Amino acid sequence: MASESAYRPDREGMLSPYRVLDLTDERGILCGKILADLGADVIQVEPPGGSSARRVGPFYQDEPGPDSSLFWWSYAANKRSITLNLHTADGQALLKRLLPTADFLVESGLPGELASLGLGYAELAEINPSLIVASITPFGQSGPYAGYQAPDLVGIGMAGLMYVTGDPDRPPVRVGFPHFYLHGAAAGATGAMLAHAHRTLAGAGQYVDVSCQEAVTRALANAPQSYVLDGGIIKRQGSYRQTGSTTYMRITWPCRDGFVNFQFSGGAGAGASVNNFVQWMAEEGMGDAYLESLDFTQWGYGTISLEMLERIVPVVERFIRSHSKQELFDGAVARRILLFPVATPRDIYGNPQLAARDYFQQVPHAAFEEPLILPGPFANASACPLGFRYPPPMVGEHNRAVYVDELGLQPHELVRLREFNAV
Amino acid sequence: MRPMEGLKVLDFCWVAVGPMTTSYLAEYGATVVRVESKLRPEVLRSAPPFGGDVRGPNRSAYYANYNANKFGFGLNMAHPQGVEIVKRFVAWADLVTENFTPGTLEKWGLGYDDLCAIKPEIILFSTSMLGRGGPHSRQPGFGPVLSSLSGMTGLTGWPDRPPTNPYGAYTDFIVPRFAIPTIVAALDYRRRTGRGQHIDISQLEASLHFLAPPVVEWAMMGREAERCGNRHPSAAPHGAYPCQGDDDRWCTIACLSEAHWQALCGAMEHPAWSQAARFATQLARKAHEDALDGLLAEWTQGWDAHDLMHTLQAAGVPAGVVQTNRDVIEDPQLAHRGHFVYLDHPEVGRHPVQRSEFHLSAAAPKHRSPAPLLGQHTAQVCRDILGMSDADIAALMQEGVLEDDTPLPEA
Repeated sequence: MASESAYRPDREGMLSPYRVLDLTDERGILCGKILADLGADVIQVEPPGGSSARRVGPFYQDEPGPDSSLFWWSYAANKRSITLNLHTADGQALLKRLLPTADFLVESGLPGELASLGLGYAELAEINPSLIVASITPFGQSGPYAGYQAPDLVGIGMAGLMYVTGDPDRPPVRVGFPHFYLHGAAAGATGAMLAHAHRTLAGAGQYVDVSCQEAVTRALANAPQSYVLDGGIIKRQGSYRQTGSTTYMRITWPCRDGFVNFQFSGGAGAGASVNNFVQWMAEEGMGDAYLESLDFTQWGYGTISLEMLERIVPVVERFIRSHSKQELFDGAVARRILLFPVATPRDIYGNPQLAARDYFQQVPHAAFEEPLILPGPFANASACPLGFRYPPPMVGEHNRAVYVDELGLQPHELVRLREFNAV
Repeated sequence: MRPMEGLKVLDFCWVAVGPMTTSYLAEYGATVVRVESKLRPEVLRSAPPFGGDVRGPNRSAYYANYNANKFGFGLNMAHPQGVEIVKRFVAWADLVTENFTPGTLEKWGLGYDDLCAIKPEIILFSTSMLGRGGPHSRQPGFGPVLSSLSGMTGLTGWPDRPPTNPYGAYTDFIVPRFAIPTIVAALDYRRRTGRGQHIDISQLEASLHFLAPPVVEWAMMGREAERCGNRHPSAAPHGAYPCQGDDDRWCTIACLSEAHWQALCGAMEHPAWSQAARFATQLARKAHEDALDGLLAEWTQGWDAHDLMHTLQAAGVPAGVVQTNRDVIEDPQLAHRGHFVYLDHPEVGRHPVQRSEFHLSAAAPKHRSPAPLLGQHTAQVCRDILGMSDADIAALMQEGVLEDDTPLPEA
């Protein structure tokens, strides 16, 4: 289900004129990836031995190695790689030599970590006043929790997303793939680009201080507003969702061979979909008089009470259970019903819509016989299509190109720096 | 000078993903004219909570969260003259934004090619569930559904239970952070080359970048990741543990290293069980995770969740309160960051608006006005932007082309 694609390093991108020094590890790695996909020359600056992002599993063929992390592939493709030891004076000096060539620097160390190396924003800006520096941290650079440690689980909980997710009779659960830093990293790209727009107007660079907690807190829909206006504590509801202090909707439903997601609620969009569904039930001889007596377009989002749901759910569930994921989805597409399978990775890779749009791409990698299969672009851009320029780089793959060919170091200097563990 | 100052946006976005995207632009100084109609009210206007607990098109604090600083423009697009007025705004705009089902703009004769005929360098930003083109392009849906299609729901929850959706229209809050970098990049590209373009984001395709490794794992290794609650593939303890108070207070603890575990043992004052051989190494703790979780929970139950977090963090253990929506509102760190900006709105009342999740050292966001009433600024934008006369405006109001903020009579 993947189309063959080729690397085109000279592909024009919207951000082609700009260079990003990417000092992030696995926590901020998506930030530079977004900018790289948009065409920027993103140089992942790795410690000698390689980024810790290369140690995030799973690994291809279950063989851990610097080039076999699927996480690394997913978030480092389109970047170049150099090694640089920021904990040596030579490494710091080298970074300072690179700074004038850069438009952005992004990092995800703890607050104060870069400053302790003499590489705080003030020092960087002194060398390159037009540089934009983005820092991605769990809670931001200052404040009572700024020094707190927040791996994904802790962060998602602190942001409020976990309490409202999961089954009511079990502990809250995190999203099943670590998202805390992905939200923050993508917010880093957002803030950095707004700062870039500011630079084109005002001329100077600036510092972008991202809080992953704030980023995830923005994913709480109306829960914060519900507390302030109604005093309601929103609880997790398993297959249901609490849409207001006393209103609910049903979201996930078991079917014959898995689960589907069908938003059973009112509202301008969902109401028509639910009406169509009710009609479909009737067509198949599984109709229900109470359901048919209601016009769900007349019910707003968040108007369905628990009492109504108790009457509705058993009959709807009976219908859904009697069908497969595919039957339900085909029927939903034909009737414009808001129903989708609860997709597994296999379903996603086989998704006909993604296949028709050539979403998944096959690209070669020098370390493996089989091509890599990676997600395609996150956006279609008619003037400047996004696409692959570089494979996920090997550790320091571009040291020579960047340090010798571009920065003018002598090859023997690079060897010496390597021996000193500075690169 | 603010980053988006001077940017002119004609905004057809609705619900969450689109309005959140354009909220960044409005917050940083763009002029955003938000087109709406009473005849087909924006979904979020009917979504709770409501000011004074009274339902009404101008009373939703959910809507208000994403639409501060925008101008409310009431326009009946079903009227032929409505489309003509839009075209006049297109000539003014730098950027047109929309997140309708693909084909909607085209049906009005306002597709990208039509917009280019009016203004060749226009940038059109579109986002839809599944993108333009493909067999399911026009399939309607909202974020909660897309969480399922993008695999997030399937991986969230317990291995012995059905999957559970991440709360809310979850992907709606992921996509804007792909959208804004792309939009600003397109503006920069136009500044340098003079060329506009059509940016079209499939929310599924963008969201899958938040789930890439598990999908690659299936595609290349034929293995599917499975739901595992709060557990970590290689570390324990790693979960949410019960605390004092009402029966639903929790604190996460995540020991990802030997040092974290030793620090946790220290904070617990080394109970005998923690020194047992079955918990002596990372592999041993992972192998006896059920027992470890049970014993740890007995200890955490005696703690207030916030006290436990502070104590463990001070000891060097990653730990955090599983915060409720109330905790988030009262969170001292978010307060330090000024995350919730409180605005007064004539019908919603005092309500929190979430500001952008980053601080720019040289550009503060500005909240000049709360979300507009439906049609609040119709006359103002027609006068100030199109230079229409008050008489013309009044005539178009009379004909039902323009809509002001007087409520429709009760049906």
